[in-house]
Amino acid sequence: MKFNGTLIPLEKGQTLLDFLKAQNYDVTKIAVVLNDTIIPKATYNDVMLHDEDTLEIVRFVGGG
Amino acid sequence: MKITLNGKEIVITCETIFEIRKMHGHETDIIILNGFQIDHNCKISHGDILTLIPKGVMPKEDELESMMMARHTPTVHKKLKQGKVAIAGLGGLGSNIAVMLARIGVGHLLLVDFDSVEPSNLNRQNYTISHLGLPKTEALKKQINEINPFITIETQNVRVTEDNAAKLFSGYDIVCEAFDRAEAKSMLVNTLLSELPSVKIVAASGMAGYDTSNSICTSRVMNRLYVCGDLTNEAEIGKGLMAPRVLICAGHQANMVLRLLVGIKDV
Repeated sequence: MKFNGTLIPLEKGQTLLDFLKAQNYDVTKIAVVLNDTIIPKATYNDVMLHDEDTLEIVRFVGGG
Repeated sequence: MKITLNGKEIVITCETIFEIRKMHGHETDIIILNGFQIDHNCKISHGDILTLIPKGVMPKEDELESMMMARHTPTVHKKLKQGKVAIAGLGGLGSNIAVMLARIGVGHLLLVDFDSVEPSNLNRQNYTISHLGLPKTEALKKQINEINPFITIETQNVRVTEDNAAKLFSGYDIVCEAFDRAEAKSMLVNTLLSELPSVKIVAASGMAGYDTSNSICTSRVMNRLYVCGDLTNEAEIGKGLMAPRVLICAGHQANMVLRLLVGIKDV
């Protein structure tokens, strides 16, 4: 799977939420774009990841 | 031939800029030819837009607009004048983005914030001591009126939530995310991209401290989401928000808005 511009190996049968937890993301501070579509937070656990996916995760940090 | 002089079409018989200045103005007047200030003489062509600005004189209001427009790049100005841009959060990023967009002549701005101006804001936000205690929406509107009174400004003195965001920002082509808290940034970006199918967002993440300027950049996450910043430098104890990097980031956001308004999608 392509993740933030780099190809990475993907464990089979992983949901988006599994992946976010494994990567230590705080779901309250991110935006997830899968194949050029924004994924609503409420559906993170319903989305399965696939090898051909392109996943972009923006992590927001405080300050403005 | 016909040219536009100080906002009015006229027919001229002379051939050079200096001849026109001698006839219609004073020799110390600043010359703006087609959006660019020049100090040398040159030939004038049919259709040119020429503005002569007297130095040290307060112009009348109708003259002021044509003088200001003279400095906008003519082909770009029309597109910017039609632009509708909303700014969510009027702190270090938002107040400075709003002022930049006003200076380039973006025709319609929506300013959204629930807070008022405090002394601790003056280190980086586009306010002055005279604004202390005013709602930021009102203070910034005043500030912009002193810079470019020829644009339309709407204000909303409310806290943006998941429930009111779509309603607040619908009707705006581009929204600048300029909040302070990471959770609020995430909430706005997620809510608007999900609920407003055509909105484009220019967001920010990471601009605290005094790390190198060159790590702040603009990236395109998807066709409707751009993020400016270094993505890592969080405001925290011992690493405050300081004007230079906050304004660099605000400049990235304002320039991306400008590029989108003229039809460029690349960062």
